[in-house]
Amino acid sequence: MNNIRIKTPRAAFGKLLLNESRLAWRIPIGIGMGLGLPLLLLVIFAIIPGARQPSSDLGGFSYFALTFPLLLAMTVMTVSIMVLPRNLIKYRETAILRRLFVTPVPPSWLLAAQVVINLAIIIAGFIILTATGVTAFGLGLPKNIPGFLLGYLLTVTTLFAVGLCIAAFVRSDAVANGIGGILFFALLFFGGLWLPRPMMPPVLLNISNWTPLGASVDAMQRAMQGLFPSPQSILVLSAYALVFGYLAVRFFKWE
Amino acid sequence: MKDMINNTSTVAITVSHLKKTYGDIKAVEDVSFAVNEGEMFGMLGPNGAGKTTTVECITGLRRPNGGTISVLGLDPQADRDALHPIVGVQLQSSTFPDKLKVREILDMYQSFYPNPANPEELARALGLSEKLGSYYKTLSGGQKQRMSVALALIGRPKIAVLDEMTTGLDPQARLDTWELIEKNRDRGMTIILVTHSMEEAERLCDRVALIDQGRIIALDTPYGLAEKVTGGKQVRFVPSKSFDDQLLKALPEVKTIEHQGKHVKVVGSGQLINAVILTLAQNGIDALEIHSEGATLEDAFVKLTGRHIHEESKD
Repeated sequence: MNNIRIKTPRAAFGKLLLNESRLAWRIPIGIGMGLGLPLLLLVIFAIIPGARQPSSDLGGFSYFALTFPLLLAMTVMTVSIMVLPRNLIKYRETAILRRLFVTPVPPSWLLAAQVVINLAIIIAGFIILTATGVTAFGLGLPKNIPGFLLGYLLTVTTLFAVGLCIAAFVRSDAVANGIGGILFFALLFFGGLWLPRPMMPPVLLNISNWTPLGASVDAMQRAMQGLFPSPQSILVLSAYALVFGYLAVRFFKWE
Repeated sequence: MKDMINNTSTVAITVSHLKKTYGDIKAVEDVSFAVNEGEMFGMLGPNGAGKTTTVECITGLRRPNGGTISVLGLDPQADRDALHPIVGVQLQSSTFPDKLKVREILDMYQSFYPNPANPEELARALGLSEKLGSYYKTLSGGQKQRMSVALALIGRPKIAVLDEMTTGLDPQARLDTWELIEKNRDRGMTIILVTHSMEEAERLCDRVALIDQGRIIALDTPYGLAEKVTGGKQVRFVPSKSFDDQLLKALPEVKTIEHQGKHVKVVGSGQLINAVILTLAQNGIDALEIHSEGATLEDAFVKLTGRHIHEESKD
Protein backbone atom coordinates (compact mmCIF):
# COMPACT_ATOMS: atom_id res chain seq x y z
CA MET A 1 0.00 0.00 0.00
CA ASN A 2 2.47 2.56 1.16
CA ASN A 3 5.51 0.70 0.03
CA ILE A 4 5.51 2.18 -3.43
CA ARG A 5 8.83 3.89 -3.81
CA ILE A 6 8.18 7.43 -4.94
CA LYS A 7 10.95 8.78 -7.13
CA THR A 8 12.45 12.10 -6.21
CA PRO A 9 11.62 14.54 -8.99
CA ARG A 10 14.62 15.17 -11.22
CA ALA A 11 13.80 18.87 -11.30
CA ALA A 12 14.91 18.99 -7.67
CA PHE A 13 18.57 18.85 -8.67
CA GLY A 14 18.04 21.76 -11.04
CA LYS A 15 16.48 23.79 -8.24
CA LEU A 16 19.34 22.94 -5.89
CA LEU A 17 21.81 23.99 -8.56
CA LEU A 18 19.90 27.21 -9.19
CA ASN A 19 19.91 28.18 -5.52
CA GLU A 20 23.56 27.25 -5.09
CA SER A 21 24.50 29.41 -8.06
CA ARG A 22 22.49 32.29 -6.58
CA LEU A 23 24.49 31.88 -3.39
CA ALA A 24 27.79 31.77 -5.31
CA TRP A 25 26.79 35.04 -6.94
CA ARG A 26 25.52 36.72 -3.76
CA ILE A 27 28.48 35.66 -1.60
CA PRO A 28 31.11 36.07 -4.29
CA ILE A 29 34.21 34.78 -2.50
CA GLY A 30 34.80 32.21 -5.22
CA ILE A 31 34.07 34.58 -8.05
CA GLY A 32 35.92 37.51 -6.48
CA MET A 33 39.00 35.77 -5.16
CA GLY A 34 39.02 32.86 -7.56
CA LEU A 35 38.54 34.87 -10.76
CA GLY A 36 39.22 38.48 -9.80
CA LEU A 37 42.48 38.12 -7.88
CA PRO A 38 44.35 35.93 -10.42
CA LEU A 39 43.13 38.17 -13.23
CA LEU A 40 44.42 41.22 -11.38
CA LEU A 41 47.78 39.53 -10.80
CA LEU A 42 47.92 38.52 -14.47
CA VAL A 43 47.52 42.13 -15.50
CA ILE A 44 50.08 43.35 -12.96
CA PHE A 45 52.67 40.75 -13.99
CA ALA A 46 52.05 41.63 -17.63
CA ILE A 47 52.70 45.32 -17.19
CA ILE A 48 55.80 45.06 -14.97
CA PRO A 49 58.55 46.37 -17.26
CA GLY A 50 60.53 43.49 -18.72
CA ALA A 51 58.31 40.80 -17.27
CA ARG A 52 57.32 39.59 -20.68
CA GLN A 53 60.96 39.37 -21.91
CA PRO A 54 62.31 35.81 -22.08
CA SER A 55 65.21 35.39 -19.67
CA SER A 56 67.96 32.80 -19.57
CA ASP A 57 67.79 32.86 -15.72
CA LEU A 58 64.25 31.53 -16.03
CA GLY A 59 65.13 28.76 -18.44
CA GLY A 60 64.24 30.83 -21.48
CA PHE A 61 60.84 31.79 -20.09
CA SER A 62 59.52 35.22 -19.45
CA TYR A 63 58.53 35.87 -15.86
CA PHE A 64 55.01 36.47 -17.13
CA ALA A 65 54.77 33.09 -18.89
CA LEU A 66 56.22 31.35 -15.84
CA THR A 67 53.59 32.69 -13.49
CA PHE A 68 50.69 31.84 -15.77
CA PRO A 69 50.34 28.17 -14.62
CA LEU A 70 50.55 29.42 -11.06
CA LEU A 71 47.65 31.82 -11.61
CA LEU A 72 45.56 29.02 -13.10
CA ALA A 73 46.36 26.89 -10.07
CA MET A 74 45.49 29.82 -7.81
CA THR A 75 41.95 29.92 -9.20
CA VAL A 76 41.56 26.21 -8.61
CA MET A 77 42.99 26.49 -5.12
CA THR A 78 40.84 29.43 -4.03
CA VAL A 79 37.68 27.63 -5.02
CA SER A 80 38.59 24.16 -3.82
CA ILE A 81 40.25 25.10 -0.52
CA MET A 82 38.68 28.40 0.51
CA VAL A 83 35.14 28.10 -0.87
CA LEU A 84 33.99 24.49 -1.33
CA PRO A 85 34.92 23.07 2.09
CA ARG A 86 33.68 26.14 3.95
CA ASN A 87 30.30 25.92 2.24
CA LEU A 88 29.96 22.24 3.07
CA ILE A 89 31.07 22.78 6.67
CA LYS A 90 28.60 25.65 7.05
CA TYR A 91 25.81 23.46 5.67
CA ARG A 92 26.67 20.82 8.21
CA GLU A 93 27.17 23.29 11.07
CA THR A 94 23.81 24.96 10.51
CA ALA A 95 21.95 21.65 10.06
CA ILE A 96 21.07 22.36 6.44
CA LEU A 97 22.35 18.89 5.50
CA ARG A 98 20.42 17.38 8.39
CA ARG A 99 17.23 19.06 7.21
CA LEU A 100 17.78 17.69 3.70
CA PHE A 101 18.25 14.25 5.15
CA VAL A 102 14.54 14.11 6.06
CA THR A 103 13.38 15.11 2.57
CA PRO A 104 13.29 12.84 -0.48
CA VAL A 105 16.47 14.57 -1.69
CA PRO A 106 19.67 13.00 -0.38
CA PRO A 107 22.18 15.47 1.10
CA SER A 108 24.72 14.14 -1.41
CA TRP A 109 22.81 16.05 -4.09
CA LEU A 110 23.70 19.31 -2.38
CA LEU A 111 27.34 18.25 -2.25
CA ALA A 112 27.16 17.41 -5.95
CA ALA A 113 25.58 20.79 -6.71
CA GLN A 114 28.40 22.51 -4.82
CA VAL A 115 31.02 20.60 -6.82
CA VAL A 116 29.30 21.46 -10.11
CA ILE A 117 29.02 25.17 -9.31
CA ASN A 118 32.61 25.41 -8.17
CA LEU A 119 33.88 23.49 -11.20
CA ALA A 120 31.99 25.97 -13.35
CA ILE A 121 33.77 28.86 -11.63
CA ILE A 122 37.13 27.16 -12.19
CA ILE A 123 36.42 26.55 -15.87
CA ALA A 124 35.33 30.16 -16.26
CA GLY A 125 38.62 31.18 -14.60
CA PHE A 126 40.60 29.00 -16.98
CA ILE A 127 38.91 30.52 -20.00
CA ILE A 128 39.13 34.14 -18.80
CA LEU A 129 42.79 33.92 -17.75
CA THR A 130 43.87 32.15 -20.94
CA ALA A 131 41.90 34.43 -23.22
CA THR A 132 43.21 37.57 -21.49
CA GLY A 133 46.81 36.30 -21.44
CA VAL A 134 46.82 35.26 -25.08
CA THR A 135 44.88 38.09 -26.66
CA ALA A 136 45.90 41.06 -24.51
CA PHE A 137 49.44 40.20 -23.50
CA GLY A 138 50.78 37.93 -26.22
CA LEU A 139 51.05 34.83 -24.05
CA GLY A 140 52.15 31.88 -26.18
CA LEU A 141 49.96 28.79 -26.08
CA PRO A 142 51.59 25.78 -24.41
CA LYS A 143 53.68 23.84 -26.88
CA ASN A 144 52.38 20.54 -25.51
CA ILE A 145 48.65 21.10 -25.13
CA PRO A 146 47.66 17.54 -24.06
CA GLY A 147 50.42 17.59 -21.45
CA PHE A 148 49.25 20.97 -20.23
CA LEU A 149 45.63 19.85 -19.94
CA LEU A 150 46.72 16.70 -18.12
CA GLY A 151 48.66 18.80 -15.62
CA TYR A 152 45.70 21.12 -15.20
CA LEU A 153 43.16 18.30 -14.72
CA LEU A 154 45.40 16.62 -12.16
CA THR A 155 45.66 19.96 -10.35
CA VAL A 156 41.88 20.30 -10.23
CA THR A 157 41.40 16.72 -9.04
CA THR A 158 44.09 16.97 -6.37
CA LEU A 159 42.99 20.30 -4.94
CA PHE A 160 39.32 19.24 -4.88
CA ALA A 161 40.34 16.13 -2.98
CA VAL A 162 42.23 18.32 -0.49
CA GLY A 163 39.21 20.61 -0.12
CA LEU A 164 36.78 17.74 0.41
CA CYS A 165 39.18 16.27 2.93
CA ILE A 166 39.11 19.54 4.89
CA ALA A 167 35.31 19.39 4.76
CA ALA A 168 35.45 15.86 6.15
CA PHE A 169 37.71 16.56 9.10
CA VAL A 170 37.01 20.12 10.15
CA ARG A 171 33.86 20.79 12.17
CA SER A 172 33.66 24.55 12.29
CA ASP A 173 33.70 27.15 9.57
CA ALA A 174 36.05 29.40 11.56
CA VAL A 175 38.68 26.65 11.81
CA ALA A 176 38.26 25.78 8.13
CA ASN A 177 38.80 29.43 7.28
CA GLY A 178 42.07 29.44 9.24
CA ILE A 179 43.33 26.19 7.74
CA GLY A 180 42.32 27.29 4.25
CA GLY A 181 44.17 30.58 4.64
CA ILE A 182 47.39 28.97 5.88
CA LEU A 183 47.31 26.28 3.18
CA PHE A 184 46.57 28.87 0.54
CA PHE A 185 49.69 30.90 1.22
CA ALA A 186 51.95 27.94 2.02
CA LEU A 187 51.04 26.17 -1.20
CA LEU A 188 51.38 29.34 -3.24
CA PHE A 189 54.84 29.86 -1.76
CA PHE A 190 55.97 26.40 -2.81
CA GLY A 191 54.27 26.92 -6.16
CA GLY A 192 56.62 29.86 -6.68
CA LEU A 193 54.48 32.97 -6.35
CA TRP A 194 57.17 34.92 -4.50
CA LEU A 195 60.20 33.09 -5.80
CA PRO A 196 59.66 31.45 -9.22
CA ARG A 197 60.63 27.78 -9.22
CA PRO A 198 63.56 28.17 -11.66
CA MET A 199 65.12 30.61 -9.17
CA MET A 200 64.61 28.42 -6.11
CA PRO A 201 67.72 26.99 -4.41
CA PRO A 202 67.94 23.20 -4.95
CA VAL A 203 66.69 22.28 -1.47
CA LEU A 204 63.62 24.47 -1.77
CA LEU A 205 62.96 23.27 -5.32
CA ASN A 206 63.12 19.70 -4.11
CA ILE A 207 60.55 20.40 -1.39
CA SER A 208 58.42 22.27 -3.91
CA ASN A 209 58.41 19.22 -6.20
CA TRP A 210 56.71 17.21 -3.47
CA THR A 211 53.96 19.74 -2.78
CA PRO A 212 50.70 19.73 -4.74
CA LEU A 213 51.15 23.19 -6.17
CA GLY A 214 54.86 22.71 -6.91
CA ALA A 215 54.11 19.51 -8.82
CA SER A 216 51.20 21.19 -10.57
CA VAL A 217 53.21 24.22 -11.69
CA ASP A 218 56.10 21.96 -12.72
CA ALA A 219 53.78 19.85 -14.88
CA MET A 220 52.22 22.84 -16.60
CA GLN A 221 55.48 24.75 -17.02
CA ARG A 222 57.12 21.79 -18.72
CA ALA A 223 54.12 21.47 -21.04
CA MET A 224 54.45 25.15 -21.95
CA GLN A 225 58.01 24.41 -23.09
CA GLY A 226 56.77 21.51 -25.17
CA LEU A 227 57.75 18.71 -22.78
CA PHE A 228 55.41 16.19 -21.22
CA PRO A 229 54.84 16.59 -17.44
CA SER A 230 57.53 14.77 -15.47
CA PRO A 231 56.60 11.35 -14.06
CA GLN A 232 57.35 12.72 -10.59
CA SER A 233 54.82 15.54 -10.91
CA ILE A 234 52.15 13.16 -12.24
CA LEU A 235 52.82 10.68 -9.44
CA VAL A 236 52.86 13.33 -6.72
CA LEU A 237 49.58 14.84 -7.89
CA SER A 238 47.90 11.46 -8.33
CA ALA A 239 49.08 10.28 -4.92
CA TYR A 240 47.70 13.38 -3.19
CA ALA A 241 44.41 13.02 -5.09
CA LEU A 242 44.06 9.37 -4.08
CA VAL A 243 45.00 9.80 -0.43
CA PHE A 244 42.94 12.92 0.23
CA GLY A 245 40.09 11.65 -1.92
CA TYR A 246 40.00 8.40 0.05
CA LEU A 247 40.12 10.20 3.40
CA ALA A 248 37.35 12.57 2.29
CA VAL A 249 35.04 9.76 1.22
CA ARG A 250 35.88 7.65 4.24
CA PHE A 251 35.41 10.27 6.91
CA PHE A 252 32.84 12.73 5.59
CA LYS A 253 29.83 12.97 7.91
CA TRP A 254 26.51 14.57 7.24
CA GLU A 255 26.09 15.83 10.79
CA MET B 1 -13.13 10.22 22.52
CA LYS B 2 -9.98 8.19 22.91
CA ASP B 3 -11.92 4.97 22.53
CA MET B 4 -13.68 6.25 19.48
CA ILE B 5 -10.35 6.97 17.83
CA ASN B 6 -8.97 3.58 18.70
CA ASN B 7 -11.96 1.74 17.35
CA THR B 8 -12.50 3.47 14.07
CA SER B 9 -8.98 4.27 12.89
CA THR B 10 -6.02 2.32 11.71
CA VAL B 11 -2.67 2.78 13.33
CA ALA B 12 -0.25 5.08 11.51
CA ILE B 13 2.78 4.88 13.77
CA THR B 14 3.82 2.21 16.22
CA VAL B 15 6.76 2.61 18.55
CA SER B 16 7.56 -0.29 20.80
CA HIS B 17 10.20 -0.47 23.50
CA LEU B 18 12.30 2.21 21.86
CA LYS B 19 15.72 2.66 23.39
CA LYS B 20 18.40 5.17 22.45
CA THR B 21 21.63 5.95 24.23
CA TYR B 22 24.39 8.43 23.47
CA GLY B 23 27.47 6.96 25.06
CA ASP B 24 26.56 6.57 28.72
CA ILE B 25 23.55 8.83 28.54
CA LYS B 26 20.22 7.11 28.17
CA ALA B 27 18.15 9.54 26.12
CA VAL B 28 15.24 7.14 25.68
CA GLU B 29 14.90 4.23 28.10
CA ASP B 30 11.75 2.42 27.08
CA VAL B 31 9.08 4.18 25.08
CA SER B 32 6.05 2.53 23.48
CA PHE B 33 2.99 4.11 21.94
CA ALA B 34 0.79 4.01 18.87
CA VAL B 35 -0.57 6.94 16.88
CA ASN B 36 -3.76 6.51 14.90
CA GLU B 37 -4.26 7.80 11.40
CA GLY B 38 -5.58 11.34 11.46
CA GLU B 39 -4.72 11.79 15.11
CA MET B 40 -2.88 14.71 16.65
CA PHE B 41 -0.55 13.10 19.13
CA GLY B 42 1.30 15.23 21.64
CA MET B 43 4.60 14.49 23.30
CA LEU B 44 4.95 16.63 26.34
CA GLY B 45 7.83 16.84 28.76
CA PRO B 46 10.70 18.95 30.02
CA ASN B 47 13.93 19.55 28.13
CA GLY B 48 16.07 16.44 27.98
CA ALA B 49 13.12 14.11 28.53
CA GLY B 50 13.78 12.24 25.29
CA LYS B 51 11.01 13.72 23.16
CA THR B 52 13.24 14.97 20.38
CA THR B 53 15.31 11.80 20.31
CA THR B 54 12.11 9.76 19.99
CA VAL B 55 10.89 11.73 16.98
CA GLU B 56 14.37 11.68 15.46
CA CYS B 57 14.18 7.90 15.54
CA ILE B 58 10.71 8.00 14.00
CA THR B 59 11.90 10.19 11.12
CA GLY B 60 14.98 8.07 10.45
CA LEU B 61 17.50 10.65 11.63
CA ARG B 62 18.77 8.38 14.38
CA ARG B 63 19.17 4.65 14.63
CA PRO B 64 17.60 3.25 17.81
CA ASN B 65 19.63 1.00 20.11
CA GLY B 66 16.62 -1.16 20.74
CA GLY B 67 12.94 -1.59 20.03
CA THR B 68 11.02 -1.28 16.79
CA ILE B 69 9.30 1.53 14.93
CA SER B 70 6.78 1.25 12.14
CA VAL B 71 5.57 4.32 10.25
CA LEU B 72 2.76 3.47 7.82
CA GLY B 73 4.27 0.00 7.63
CA LEU B 74 7.77 1.33 6.93
CA ASP B 75 10.94 0.94 8.93
CA PRO B 76 12.45 4.45 9.27
CA GLN B 77 15.99 3.09 8.83
CA ALA B 78 15.56 0.47 6.13
CA ASP B 79 12.80 2.20 4.13
CA ARG B 80 14.10 5.75 4.35
CA ASP B 81 13.56 6.45 0.65
CA ALA B 82 9.90 5.49 0.84
CA LEU B 83 9.40 7.30 4.14
CA HIS B 84 10.69 10.77 3.39
CA PRO B 85 8.22 11.68 0.63
CA ILE B 86 5.29 11.03 2.98
CA VAL B 87 6.61 12.36 6.27
CA GLY B 88 7.09 16.10 6.71
CA VAL B 89 9.49 17.12 9.45
CA GLN B 90 10.13 20.29 11.35
CA LEU B 91 13.40 20.16 13.22
CA GLN B 92 14.22 22.38 16.16
CA SER B 93 17.70 23.10 14.90
CA SER B 94 17.19 23.58 11.18
CA THR B 95 18.23 26.74 9.38
CA PHE B 96 18.57 27.80 5.76
CA PRO B 97 21.17 29.83 3.85
CA ASP B 98 21.06 33.50 4.87
CA LYS B 99 21.37 34.77 1.34
CA LEU B 100 18.46 32.87 -0.15
CA LYS B 101 15.04 34.46 -0.37
CA VAL B 102 12.02 32.90 1.30
CA ARG B 103 10.38 32.28 -2.06
CA GLU B 104 13.52 30.59 -3.41
CA ILE B 105 13.74 28.22 -0.47
CA LEU B 106 10.03 27.33 -0.59
CA ASP B 107 10.26 26.85 -4.33
CA MET B 108 13.24 24.52 -4.00
CA TYR B 109 11.68 22.40 -1.25
CA GLN B 110 8.48 22.19 -3.21
CA SER B 111 10.39 20.65 -6.10
CA PHE B 112 11.51 17.77 -3.85
CA TYR B 113 8.00 16.32 -3.61
CA PRO B 114 5.79 14.64 -6.19
CA ASN B 115 2.59 16.44 -5.21
CA PRO B 116 3.51 19.58 -3.29
CA ALA B 117 1.37 22.27 -1.70
CA ASN B 118 1.27 25.75 -3.17
CA PRO B 119 4.12 27.74 -1.57
CA GLU B 120 2.28 31.04 -1.78
CA GLU B 121 -0.83 29.69 -0.05
CA LEU B 122 1.29 28.17 2.64
CA ALA B 123 3.16 31.44 3.11
CA ARG B 124 -0.15 33.27 3.37
CA ALA B 125 -1.55 30.89 5.96
CA LEU B 126 1.57 31.40 8.06
CA GLY B 127 1.70 35.17 7.61
CA LEU B 128 4.85 35.09 5.50
CA SER B 129 3.45 36.56 2.27
CA GLU B 130 5.16 39.90 2.72
CA LYS B 131 8.47 38.17 3.32
CA LEU B 132 8.51 36.03 0.17
CA GLY B 133 11.00 38.35 -1.52
CA SER B 134 13.22 38.82 1.54
CA TYR B 135 16.47 37.09 2.41
CA TYR B 136 16.17 34.39 5.04
CA LYS B 137 18.70 36.37 7.09
CA THR B 138 16.22 39.24 7.52
CA LEU B 139 13.48 37.10 9.07
CA SER B 140 12.73 37.39 12.76
CA GLY B 141 13.06 34.32 14.96
CA GLY B 142 9.32 33.76 14.81
CA GLN B 143 9.25 34.09 11.04
CA LYS B 144 12.08 31.58 10.68
CA GLN B 145 10.12 29.25 12.92
CA ARG B 146 6.99 29.59 10.75
CA MET B 147 9.12 29.04 7.66
CA SER B 148 10.28 25.70 9.01
CA VAL B 149 6.65 24.76 9.72
CA ALA B 150 5.84 25.67 6.11
CA LEU B 151 8.61 23.41 4.84
CA ALA B 152 7.35 20.53 6.96
CA LEU B 153 3.97 20.82 5.25
CA ILE B 154 5.06 21.69 1.72
CA GLY B 155 5.15 18.11 0.46
CA ARG B 156 1.54 17.43 1.58
CA PRO B 157 2.81 14.67 3.85
CA LYS B 158 0.60 11.96 5.32
CA ILE B 159 2.39 12.44 8.59
CA ALA B 160 3.86 15.62 10.00
CA VAL B 161 6.35 15.61 12.85
CA LEU B 162 6.62 19.02 14.43
CA ASP B 163 9.26 19.65 17.08
CA GLU B 164 8.55 22.75 19.20
CA MET B 165 6.67 24.39 16.37
CA THR B 166 5.47 27.49 18.23
CA THR B 167 8.43 28.14 20.51
CA GLY B 168 9.33 31.80 20.21
CA LEU B 169 6.19 32.83 18.36
CA ASP B 170 4.15 35.83 19.42
CA PRO B 171 0.56 35.06 20.51
CA GLN B 172 -1.03 35.94 17.17
CA ALA B 173 1.45 33.88 15.14
CA ARG B 174 0.89 31.02 17.57
CA LEU B 175 -2.85 31.10 16.96
CA ASP B 176 -2.36 31.29 13.18
CA THR B 177 0.01 28.33 13.28
CA TRP B 178 -2.38 26.31 15.43
CA GLU B 179 -5.17 27.05 13.00
CA LEU B 180 -3.10 25.89 10.04
CA ILE B 181 -2.15 22.69 11.84
CA GLU B 182 -5.76 22.03 12.79
CA LYS B 183 -6.82 22.49 9.18
CA ASN B 184 -4.26 19.95 8.05
CA ARG B 185 -5.40 17.53 10.71
CA ASP B 186 -8.98 17.98 9.58
CA ARG B 187 -7.86 16.99 6.08
CA GLY B 188 -6.60 13.71 7.52
CA MET B 189 -2.96 14.41 8.26
CA THR B 190 -1.50 12.47 11.17
CA ILE B 191 0.53 14.77 13.38
CA ILE B 192 3.07 14.25 16.12
CA LEU B 193 3.54 17.40 18.11
CA VAL B 194 6.53 17.72 20.40
CA THR B 195 6.02 20.51 22.85
CA HIS B 196 6.61 21.71 26.34
CA SER B 197 3.65 24.03 26.15
CA MET B 198 0.74 22.73 28.22
CA GLU B 199 -1.58 25.15 26.52
CA GLU B 200 -0.63 23.90 23.07
CA ALA B 201 -1.09 20.26 24.03
CA GLU B 202 -4.46 20.95 25.65
CA ARG B 203 -5.73 22.92 22.71
CA LEU B 204 -4.51 20.74 19.85
CA CYS B 205 -3.87 17.17 20.86
CA ASP B 206 -6.24 14.24 20.81
CA ARG B 207 -3.92 12.37 23.12
CA VAL B 208 -0.83 13.33 25.00
CA ALA B 209 2.11 11.26 26.17
CA LEU B 210 3.83 12.75 29.20
CA ILE B 211 7.51 11.95 28.88
CA ASP B 212 10.08 12.25 31.60
CA GLN B 213 13.63 10.92 31.79
CA GLY B 214 13.29 8.71 28.76
CA ARG B 215 9.98 7.09 29.68
CA ILE B 216 6.30 7.69 29.10
CA ILE B 217 4.83 8.33 32.52
CA ALA B 218 1.24 8.82 31.41
CA LEU B 219 -0.75 8.66 28.18
CA ASP B 220 -4.33 9.81 27.74
CA THR B 221 -6.49 12.60 26.36
CA PRO B 222 -5.42 15.96 27.80
CA TYR B 223 -8.61 16.12 29.86
CA GLY B 224 -8.45 12.51 30.94
CA LEU B 225 -4.85 12.87 31.96
CA ALA B 226 -5.45 15.94 34.05
CA GLU B 227 -8.54 14.51 35.68
CA LYS B 228 -7.09 11.09 36.36
CA VAL B 229 -3.97 12.41 37.94
CA THR B 230 -5.31 15.21 40.06
CA GLY B 231 -8.72 13.86 40.90
CA GLY B 232 -10.47 16.35 38.71
CA LYS B 233 -11.90 19.77 39.34
CA GLN B 234 -12.18 21.69 42.49
CA VAL B 235 -14.29 24.53 43.72
CA ARG B 236 -13.67 26.73 46.75
CA PHE B 237 -16.26 28.99 48.31
CA VAL B 238 -17.43 30.63 51.50
CA PRO B 239 -20.91 29.41 52.50
CA SER B 240 -23.36 32.03 53.76
CA LYS B 241 -24.14 29.74 56.69
CA SER B 242 -22.87 26.42 57.92
CA PHE B 243 -24.31 23.26 56.46
CA ASP B 244 -24.13 19.51 56.78
CA ASP B 245 -21.35 18.05 54.59
CA GLN B 246 -23.65 15.15 53.84
CA LEU B 247 -25.71 17.50 51.71
CA LEU B 248 -22.92 17.70 49.13
CA LYS B 249 -21.37 14.32 49.70
CA ALA B 250 -24.56 12.74 48.42
CA LEU B 251 -23.96 14.28 45.01
CA PRO B 252 -22.42 11.91 42.44
CA GLU B 253 -20.11 14.71 41.19
CA VAL B 254 -18.49 15.26 44.57
CA LYS B 255 -15.53 13.29 45.77
CA THR B 256 -14.20 15.07 48.85
CA ILE B 257 -15.09 18.02 51.02
CA GLU B 258 -12.59 19.89 53.09
CA HIS B 259 -13.04 22.86 55.43
CA GLN B 260 -10.23 25.39 55.36
CA GLY B 261 -11.18 28.08 57.89
CA LYS B 262 -14.21 29.80 56.53
CA HIS B 263 -13.59 28.28 53.10
CA VAL B 264 -14.95 25.01 51.87
CA LYS B 265 -13.01 23.09 49.19
CA VAL B 266 -14.93 20.55 47.15
CA VAL B 267 -13.12 18.22 44.75
CA GLY B 268 -14.97 16.21 42.13
CA SER B 269 -15.70 15.82 38.45
CA GLY B 270 -18.30 16.44 35.74
CA GLN B 271 -20.64 19.39 36.28
CA LEU B 272 -19.22 19.91 39.74
CA ILE B 273 -19.80 23.64 40.16
CA ASN B 274 -23.37 23.63 38.90
CA ALA B 275 -24.27 20.71 41.11
CA VAL B 276 -22.73 22.25 44.22
CA ILE B 277 -24.22 25.72 43.78
CA LEU B 278 -27.64 24.37 42.86
CA THR B 279 -27.80 22.06 45.83
CA LEU B 280 -26.70 24.78 48.21
CA ALA B 281 -29.23 27.20 46.76
CA GLN B 282 -32.04 24.66 47.14
CA ASN B 283 -31.14 24.57 50.81
CA GLY B 284 -31.11 28.33 51.19
CA ILE B 285 -27.34 28.66 51.29
CA ASP B 286 -25.39 31.12 49.17
CA ALA B 287 -21.90 30.28 47.95
CA LEU B 288 -19.73 33.38 48.14
CA GLU B 289 -16.25 34.08 46.76
CA ILE B 290 -16.42 31.12 44.42
CA HIS B 291 -13.10 29.98 42.94
CA SER B 292 -13.11 27.12 40.54
CA GLU B 293 -10.11 25.38 39.10
CA GLY B 294 -10.03 22.76 36.41
CA ALA B 295 -7.12 20.41 36.69
CA THR B 296 -4.55 21.13 34.00
CA LEU B 297 -1.84 19.16 32.33
CA GLU B 298 0.57 21.26 34.35
CA ASP B 299 -0.99 19.89 37.54
CA ALA B 300 -0.72 16.41 36.13
CA PHE B 301 2.92 16.87 35.32
CA VAL B 302 3.77 18.26 38.72
CA LYS B 303 1.89 15.49 40.42
CA LEU B 304 3.61 12.79 38.40
CA THR B 305 7.15 14.08 38.53
CA GLY B 306 7.29 16.41 41.49
CA ARG B 307 8.65 19.14 39.21
CA HIS B 308 7.35 21.88 37.01
CA ILE B 309 7.74 21.24 33.33
CA HIS B 310 10.02 24.20 32.71
CA GLU B 311 12.53 23.01 35.26
CA GLU B 312 15.41 21.08 33.77
CA SER B 313 15.18 17.36 34.03
CA LYS B 314 17.98 15.66 35.92
CA ASP B 315 20.80 14.95 33.45
